[in-house]
Amino acid sequence: MLVEPTARGLYCRAGDFYIDPWQPVERAVITHAHGDHARPGSRAYLTAACGVPVLRTRMGEEGTIEGLQYGERRTVGDVAISLHPAGHVLGSSQVRIEHRGEVWVVSGDYKLDPDPTCDAFEPVRCQTFVTESTFGLPVYRWSAPRETMARINAWWRGNQVAGRASVLFAYAFGKAQRILASVDDAIGPIVVHGAVENLNEGYRRCGVKLPATRRVQDTDTKQDYAGALIVAPPSAQSTPWLKRFGDYSDAFASGWMAIRGARRRRAVDQGFVLSDHADWASLNRAIEATGAERIYVTHGAITPLVQWLATKGYDAQPMRTEFQGEAGAEEAGA
Amino acid sequence: MKKFAALFEAVDASTSTKAKTAALAQYFATTDPRDAVWAAFFLTGHRPRQAVPTRRMAAWAAEVAGIPEWLFAESYDAVGDFAETIALVLPDPQASSDLPLATWVEERLLPLRELPEAEQRARLEAYWRELDRTQRFIFNKLITGGFRVGVSALLVMRAIAQAFDLDAKVVAHRLAGEWSPSEAFWTSITSGAEGAVDHAKPYPFFLAQPLDVAPQALGDRADWLVEWKWDGIRAQLIRRPGVTALWSRGDEPIAGQFPEIMADAPKLPECVIDGEILAWKDGRAMPFAALQKRLGRKNPGKKVMTESPVILLAFDLLEFQGEDWRERPLAERRAKLKDVVHAIPGGSCFETSSSVRAPDWETLAIARSRSRELGTEGLMLKRLDSAYGVGRPKGVWWKWKIEPYTLDAVLVYAQKGNGKRASLFTDYTFALWKDGELVPFAKAYSGLTDAEIREVDAFIRRNTLERFGPVRTVKPELVFELGFEGIQRSQRHKSGIAVRFPRMLRRRIDKSADQANTVADALSLLL
Repeated sequence: MLVEPTARGLYCRAGDFYIDPWQPVERAVITHAHGDHARPGSRAYLTAACGVPVLRTRMGEEGTIEGLQYGERRTVGDVAISLHPAGHVLGSSQVRIEHRGEVWVVSGDYKLDPDPTCDAFEPVRCQTFVTESTFGLPVYRWSAPRETMARINAWWRGNQVAGRASVLFAYAFGKAQRILASVDDAIGPIVVHGAVENLNEGYRRCGVKLPATRRVQDTDTKQDYAGALIVAPPSAQSTPWLKRFGDYSDAFASGWMAIRGARRRRAVDQGFVLSDHADWASLNRAIEATGAERIYVTHGAITPLVQWLATKGYDAQPMRTEFQGEAGAEEAGA
Repeated sequence: MKKFAALFEAVDASTSTKAKTAALAQYFATTDPRDAVWAAFFLTGHRPRQAVPTRRMAAWAAEVAGIPEWLFAESYDAVGDFAETIALVLPDPQASSDLPLATWVEERLLPLRELPEAEQRARLEAYWRELDRTQRFIFNKLITGGFRVGVSALLVMRAIAQAFDLDAKVVAHRLAGEWSPSEAFWTSITSGAEGAVDHAKPYPFFLAQPLDVAPQALGDRADWLVEWKWDGIRAQLIRRPGVTALWSRGDEPIAGQFPEIMADAPKLPECVIDGEILAWKDGRAMPFAALQKRLGRKNPGKKVMTESPVILLAFDLLEFQGEDWRERPLAERRAKLKDVVHAIPGGSCFETSSSVRAPDWETLAIARSRSRELGTEGLMLKRLDSAYGVGRPKGVWWKWKIEPYTLDAVLVYAQKGNGKRASLFTDYTFALWKDGELVPFAKAYSGLTDAEIREVDAFIRRNTLERFGPVRTVKPELVFELGFEGIQRSQRHKSGIAVRFPRMLRRRIDKSADQANTVADALSLLL
């Protein structure tokens, strides 16, 4: 196996490096900077060039971080690696590894839907494809993002007419910026939680166009937020931090909102189905586009996807990782 | 259907009771009676006989979606609701329909039942093609039943009252019991006129709140009637000219299950009595298991009637000789009730509940500690000046239940929940120690907060030892304090015991699995 699961993470022996290791290692290739894929403590990190600023803020000062342009080839040990856009968040990549004519691609997390804040997913031909499966069931089918954004705009406008603020919970890294870059900022002022604004800075440094946002200050409790859109991380739900917004409607943006039970459990006024992961159709399309015969399925609906791919003639197998496809991802805002 | 779907979405999305009531009221006020009556029918938990078996619907949906049935089953496991799973896997609609709800139900849904399978399938698939995801979900729900949208029947009644400017009590009474969703019925329940209610109908049952404060906070003990809280079947007996009926709290007619009560009913004058049906022998209540043998069984045989004889333990009088007594104070209703029941010559199936004589709250607490010996669940506290109201308001009637039995048990199996809890592991099986082995003895799925559920769910995912279909065997590590109301020996359970109303009281993070209780500990709770 060119890439094998070990106690420390997915390991490429021929190149002596790990991909998204869950324990500190010498050399780590990072697909993207979400917490379950990028962990601090390793000595050297390699990631997509546009992912460097965010990764740096998340890893702290220790460890070297090197950026690689998408498509640029780099020899590591006995293998050649290159990074290709995964369309998940800014700077997310699939890792292509070539060793004596054998090609593997490790997808990390990915989506095929358009996203103005990151490069679009690029299908990469390979013999073995390691795919995520967060939403690997046929009940997960996303509408076109512009339709979902139109719904968010309509909800925001409706609240504005009613004199309310609109509080939208979305994961601070990726989802929040995707929403900011897509909503109609002519509707009203946009205010963000500090955790979101910290990442906005990294996005703007990389040239991603975001509308003007104002960070919520702990001092300005008397501010009138009626008519504003407030974007905050899910962890802010049911905390006193929200009191300052007075009368507001709340909503949650996540792929899990496709399921009514999850929507009701979340106990928000609105659930917007918006995910940075591939839905069922996209997973199938992406896998097919690689031309791979062997598929390893990681985090999410592993068992059903493996079984489904097997019926379609693939050599499909599960691969155990510590990435969080299911419950963890719900918190992490898939 | 579109309008009903929009109502559903508004009600389903909202977390505010006020907003839900407003949306319902708006719908009822502005919708054709033929549609409104069906909406009320479904929203109050009624359902027609299932027109298409769920199994068939699943098989057809899987085929239309181009997925194998096992993948449909996996999807259902993640979603937790059949109707929703079908709605989600089907391809997007190719047409749209603006037919009203009544047409969908009367001309499309109901006739499906009588059709041969092939025709049923062709029509159902055509209907699915006309409906978007929400409408499809609703249509499927109307077929499969279990249409719960977070509104209670009481809320629906309040909304109807609001929409037609009626007294909620009147609407509740008009909607009680069995009814069929016709335009005429809708007109009769929404009209302002006093119009006679079908006289076999029960009054809406008045319910008590669990006592959440010290009883001393209720003020003067002398203002309160205290009765034992019996563990039976709440029932209303109706004696009116030409009609004798017995209703359960779920608005089901149960006369057929209790012929001895019906046989004695003519000994009563014209009246309506509220009480509890209990299995009763030698002047005391038998365990609930005895009554259970009588439930759901129409025309019971002699044997079971002799083994588990029943009584109606009356505790309230709602109507006497054609006059509604519900607004009179409880003290007056009780006095009259006693006169009525005690006037029956010889023995009968009717008894009146006795009041618990304890002069102050402190002595009452001592009496309450004897509840279990008497086979009761605790005490009922009712204000002597209270009217017989509607619903479950705070402050008039309280139930002061005894503390449950408790045991510390180990989580051994887990399964995903339904509805709101689908896709999370929320249904647990717990075990006790016996000869060095863990023996399963109770299932429980309530008592944890959402945050705790997420924690336990994560533990289960990380610590699954085996999977049998939807059931996971979990590393026996987590200990929970379980509470339950009753315990009995049982041949059918491997542990040899059966418990009633088990639920989780708290997680015992301070205990490891080997410190959990044993089956012997459980048996020692048997009196």
